[in-house]
Amino acid sequence: MFETLSGKLSGVFDGLAKRGALSEADVTEAMREVRLAMLDADVALPVVKDFVNKVRERAVGHEVLDSISPGQAVAKIVNDALIDALGGAGAVPLNLNAVPPVPILMVGLQGSGKTTTSGKIARRLAQRERKKVLLASLDTQRPAAQLQLAQLAERAGVASLPIIAGQTPVEIAQRAMEVGRREGYDIVILDTAGRLSIDEALMDEVRAIRAETSPAETLLVVDAMTGQDAVNTAKAFNEAVGVTGVVMTRMDGDARGGAALSMRAITGAPIKLTGSGEKLDALEEFHPERVAGRILGLGDIAGLVEKAADTLDHEESEKLALKMMQGKFDLDDYAAQIRQINKMGSISGILGMLPGMGKLKDALGDKELDTSVLTRHQAIISSMTRAERRQPSIIKASRKKRIAAGSGTTVQEINRLLKQYDAMASMMKRFSKLGVKGLMRQGLSALMPKGGRPPGGGGRPPFG
Amino acid sequence: MALGFFSRLKAGLSRSTQKLSGGIASVFTRRKLDDQALEELEDLLISADLGPSVAEKVIESFRRSKFGKEVTDEEVREALADEIAQILQPVAIPFEPDPERKPHVVLVVGVNGTGKTTTIGKMARFYGEQGKKVMMVAGDTFRAAAVEQLQVWGERTGAPVIAGKPNADAAGLAFEALKRATAEKADLLLVDTAGRLHNKSALMEELAKIIRVMRKFDETAPHSVLLVLDATTGQNAVEQVRVFKELVNVTGLVVTKLDGSARGGIVVALADAFGLPVHLVGVGEQAEDLRPFSAEAFAHGLVGDSIKVIEREDAPAEGAENTSSPTPEDHGAQPG
Repeated sequence: MFETLSGKLSGVFDGLAKRGALSEADVTEAMREVRLAMLDADVALPVVKDFVNKVRERAVGHEVLDSISPGQAVAKIVNDALIDALGGAGAVPLNLNAVPPVPILMVGLQGSGKTTTSGKIARRLAQRERKKVLLASLDTQRPAAQLQLAQLAERAGVASLPIIAGQTPVEIAQRAMEVGRREGYDIVILDTAGRLSIDEALMDEVRAIRAETSPAETLLVVDAMTGQDAVNTAKAFNEAVGVTGVVMTRMDGDARGGAALSMRAITGAPIKLTGSGEKLDALEEFHPERVAGRILGLGDIAGLVEKAADTLDHEESEKLALKMMQGKFDLDDYAAQIRQINKMGSISGILGMLPGMGKLKDALGDKELDTSVLTRHQAIISSMTRAERRQPSIIKASRKKRIAAGSGTTVQEINRLLKQYDAMASMMKRFSKLGVKGLMRQGLSALMPKGGRPPGGGGRPPFG
Repeated sequence: MALGFFSRLKAGLSRSTQKLSGGIASVFTRRKLDDQALEELEDLLISADLGPSVAEKVIESFRRSKFGKEVTDEEVREALADEIAQILQPVAIPFEPDPERKPHVVLVVGVNGTGKTTTIGKMARFYGEQGKKVMMVAGDTFRAAAVEQLQVWGERTGAPVIAGKPNADAAGLAFEALKRATAEKADLLLVDTAGRLHNKSALMEELAKIIRVMRKFDETAPHSVLLVLDATTGQNAVEQVRVFKELVNVTGLVVTKLDGSARGGIVVALADAFGLPVHLVGVGEQAEDLRPFSAEAFAHGLVGDSIKVIEREDAPAEGAENTSSPTPEDHGAQPG
């Protein structure tokens, strides 16, 4: 979702990187670009101003002008400031330190995703932390809202408060806490009706609910697609009920995500969770430092290199790199690559760290990357003879049958592997033509065949 | 119309326009229109979600005509409202079901949580009151209790709701509903769909399938495809409209939640980028909170003199206003 902002900012820093020493005017110009990029990404205006001022102050100081590559130094400052704005490093867990039943109050505008998020949190607490969770809908406004939560509770495998028609939200909240105490629940999630921050009557109502239940967490649910109004919403809810945490929903959309940057700054409360899909398990912790890296589109290269340096076998990598540069790449190399990748962790995680990979991720869409394929590929390759691995073109029908039998796979799978190998080999050729400089300039997307499809074609994940 | 609705709206507007209008006043009261002032004005436009390119357009026009002049905030306001109204005028087209069609099929689409089901319920009432025979299709077979939500609207409005089993195929349901609505000579068939993010290709394909399947019965259907947009949405709305337009040929927009603090400036950016008709606006959760869109009133609301517009409209109609809406409340209902 942060790809577009990423693209803009990396453009700015590419501009800076091409120069040697930076003048104050360079920094000013870059900051104007940063400011526009952020506004374009729906970051709230006051947050942008504050952000740009902070960065400018530091950027015109000695730490930049004296550094060897000022462009990178500015990028680092922006990166650090972004992490700050997103709430500092590290995920912040839900605070459940209270006498059970611990009330969690969900608030937000209409359609921000409160009810779905309530279901997701309930499922998460029930499954991961073995909590006994009660879901209660206080939404007497929207037709069938209480029924919606009851159905979600069933899907999530948790209990929901029986619906009694005609009760007010405050009465429902009281009843939920009573049932929670009487029946020994650990957590009671109170899902409220969506309300506009300017609707005084409804804001009074949510104040009353809060006073009645003293929630351990008051979570403001915010749509990641929200524009500049995020500031007003955050302010109003925070003043009315004291927000303790923010949940950003629809992070699986392609919104530029500026609201995420604004939230912490306005409420002072951390973003605790993010929703990224309609399934009940699509709820994740929020890691500011990771998101900031992706926003910059280059900051996390450092993280990737670090990670690679920690895990990769250096000699092997150098050999591989040399072969790639020469456009030579055989199945032995592919097997070596799989081993390295497996050491580094998830492929989607690695993709997220690479600049210019936004397009590839788009092409993959919402498909999950299945890494079990890699294991099977390893098995297939180890069933080949040395000659076959060196020169895969000699593998014809009878060899395929033998390899399939040896690796416990099918001929179709071997065909697929060979097809992918072809695609990768031609990608390597492009790489060697492009050279390291070209790659750095254009990003990895330059390696993709035209149309932004991942290698292997057909929208399939790379290597799989 | 109920005074309650009206005063509620007024209170809402006075708050939502405070910031921008306050901002303009503070920037421009007895001040020279210099570079810094222009930049601040650009910021103000962006903070109303107009989008950087439209904001820049407006600012450039100001620069040409007024740079270096002493200007008052009233002048700026007027010029700004005119500029915005000019962009919006061509898209302020009321929604009118084609009486030749029996039924006129309306497919209602949008991302999650924008207010599709509520909009359909309100439309059922709006056109039902005009004597049209309206039927609704509970095409959101995915979200928990979405069918029940529409059924409540059916009870409120008296319009029949055609529903299938949970997780039923929405395309098949739409087909059956179209058949039934044709047999019963309905005037208007409102088809609800599940909310979907525009970047989920599989879900978008499902939407295209609903259209394909309905066309097996009536190849002119759907006669309208309405995209429902939340006024709080930021610049991502541009992408939403682009993708939905490309894949399901959106014919018009409905902007909801304009009674909140969001000013819906994105509508201006969308008008500039796509020129799609803006048919209706939603200003509350009640059945009567659906209004035709008026460019003039919206533009004035956006720059901060909506209160004046309403007060003027409180008096008997002046006749110099937009032609689409004969009731006085309509104008008040526009601005965000």
